[in-house]
Amino acid sequence: MMRTITRIESRTVVLPLADIDTDQIIPARFLTTTSREGLGKHLFHDWRYDERGSPRPGFILNAETAADCRVLVAGRNFGCGSSREHAPWALLDYGIAAVISSEIADIFRSNSLKNGLLPITVDEASHRWLLENPGTAVTIDVVSSTLTLGNGMTLTYPIDAFARYCLVEGLDQLGFLRRHEDAILRFEESRPWTP
Amino acid sequence: MRAAEPRTLFHKVWSEHIVSAETGETPAVLYVDLHLIHEVTTPQAFAVLRELGLPVRRPDLTLATMDHSTPTTPVRTLADLRVAGEGAARQVEKMQDNCREFGIELFGFDSPHRGIVHVIGPELGATQPGKTIVCGDSHTSTHGAFGALAFGIGTTEVGHVLATQCLLQRRPKTLAIDISGPLRPGVTAKDVILATIARIGVDGGTGHVIEYRGDAIAAMDMEARMTVCNMSIEAGARAGMIAPDDKTVAYLFGRPRAPKGREWDQAVLRWRALRSDPDARFDKECSLRGDSLQPMVTFGTNPGMAVAINDPVPDGDSSPALRKALDYMKVPPGKPLTETPVDVVFVGSCTNSRLSDLKQAADILRGRTVASGVTMLVVPGSQQVKREAEALGLHEIFKAAGAEWRESGCSMCLGMNGDTVPQGKLCVSTSNRNFEGRQGIGARTVLASPMTAAASAVRGRVTDPREFL
Repeated sequence: MMRTITRIESRTVVLPLADIDTDQIIPARFLTTTSREGLGKHLFHDWRYDERGSPRPGFILNAETAADCRVLVAGRNFGCGSSREHAPWALLDYGIAAVISSEIADIFRSNSLKNGLLPITVDEASHRWLLENPGTAVTIDVVSSTLTLGNGMTLTYPIDAFARYCLVEGLDQLGFLRRHEDAILRFEESRPWTP
Repeated sequence: MRAAEPRTLFHKVWSEHIVSAETGETPAVLYVDLHLIHEVTTPQAFAVLRELGLPVRRPDLTLATMDHSTPTTPVRTLADLRVAGEGAARQVEKMQDNCREFGIELFGFDSPHRGIVHVIGPELGATQPGKTIVCGDSHTSTHGAFGALAFGIGTTEVGHVLATQCLLQRRPKTLAIDISGPLRPGVTAKDVILATIARIGVDGGTGHVIEYRGDAIAAMDMEARMTVCNMSIEAGARAGMIAPDDKTVAYLFGRPRAPKGREWDQAVLRWRALRSDPDARFDKECSLRGDSLQPMVTFGTNPGMAVAINDPVPDGDSSPALRKALDYMKVPPGKPLTETPVDVVFVGSCTNSRLSDLKQAADILRGRTVASGVTMLVVPGSQQVKREAEALGLHEIFKAAGAEWRESGCSMCLGMNGDTVPQGKLCVSTSNRNFEGRQGIGARTVLASPMTAAASAVRGRVTDPREFL
């Protein structure tokens, strides 16, 4: 059900600000959709477009150099705020496959992994290098959890074993959960109290 | 025999809900006792169930309402519904259809129990100590005020819970935050949590479940505790918890969904054991002196950018994010916010829309008027809060002062329903997020307590509520 993802090769696009929240990634007024599709055009909408809907020339995603970049490098604590899964949906629909930061907010990270968007946290020094070298070509090997930077350095990033397995195999997590049906029934029957 | 390892409140609730333990390879399967759902983060989850031909496993543990996309003007016809926009109306209709198809009771427009999901859960007594509670909404942390483990999830996980009543989760770390007391007059739960976030940062709780404790917390009523736990997510923590005590038990007694008779007695015994053991170890600890806190206001574009109301706004030179925030907010550094003119005042949201919040705002507005040029919106958290406020005559105080008195909903907290702050205008808001554009495109938000919001409405500038005490 979920797309598999084993390797990403791309140049980076950099949004160096810290604490970029999900209201910036996808403003609330676009959440009235009942679909997962088509949110890419609203990604970073109010940073990307002015009041009349024209692209703001100073915003990096509007630059020619950002075209085809599939890896977003962002400042610390990317994706904080609301639990809206529309944030990873918008990033994926736009064409982003991985987000790299020194810290990624919990719910955004969890939502990303459930949709095949790869959240990567790196150490401060590597983060600084990535922020200072926008457009560098990076290679992400999901199977070995390694990130090779444009300067030739390769580093291993932390990722939960189950999350990695799901990405590489495209595992359907709902299917995995449903295989626990017997255990769930036993749990419900054996509880000392019922909710 | 060796004594059992001392455990935190979080560990006790967590371990009671493990269906299958976590291993190096797989996360825990965690059972969910209460699933709260609303119209914005569920349509795509119901679509998955429909696609797979699956039923909702436990509709009896699922509580549905509509709050985000709903108008705060009365809805009697479909045309009334459309004031919030076509998309919003479609979402609300979808919610009605989904609940009907999957057999879930919906507190919809005609229900006296409708309201913001985090207001009605406690109000109905569905929120109880020791429960696991989830919702496709990050402010689910609110319910932790009762000693529940409550956290926000994404839409894919909403689908998991609808289908299996379970979630795949890794155990988070724990963070104890001690707030000593007593709080000074004019200082409220909202000021406590804003000061806490300013201290630990908007990522200070990432990966952790917070337990709030100390004299200031013990002295708070349940509604104030909900305000504190509500904003745990603004410090990056998915959940915040407070150990249940006499106030928790008294709050729940007699509520429609609270246990009854013998079950009540057993529940109370169980709830009373839900506290961290004296020697329980937390991964991190932090403490604040409650007696030195002042009313707080935010000056920037995240909830951690907050200062005591008479303190100067910091200099923007220290970081690009701070510089961008001050630029967006158009507030000069080096001076307190108290001189700043106000255009809009919003009292409402899952943070501060309960009866005690409305009373605090009304106490300041009684016999006074909203300054000319200021629009003030008062939006009760639920239809029940609305009725209770009206029984006390609070609506008359608000209306006499020149404020608008509305139907319940999330409203101007995130502006999904058409209630927005106009471009460039400054709003003193009792809500939880001052992100860029949160309350409308180009809207500038100052987060504050209901007292500070009301005082600012009267003066037409950001105002220390202690001027009115």
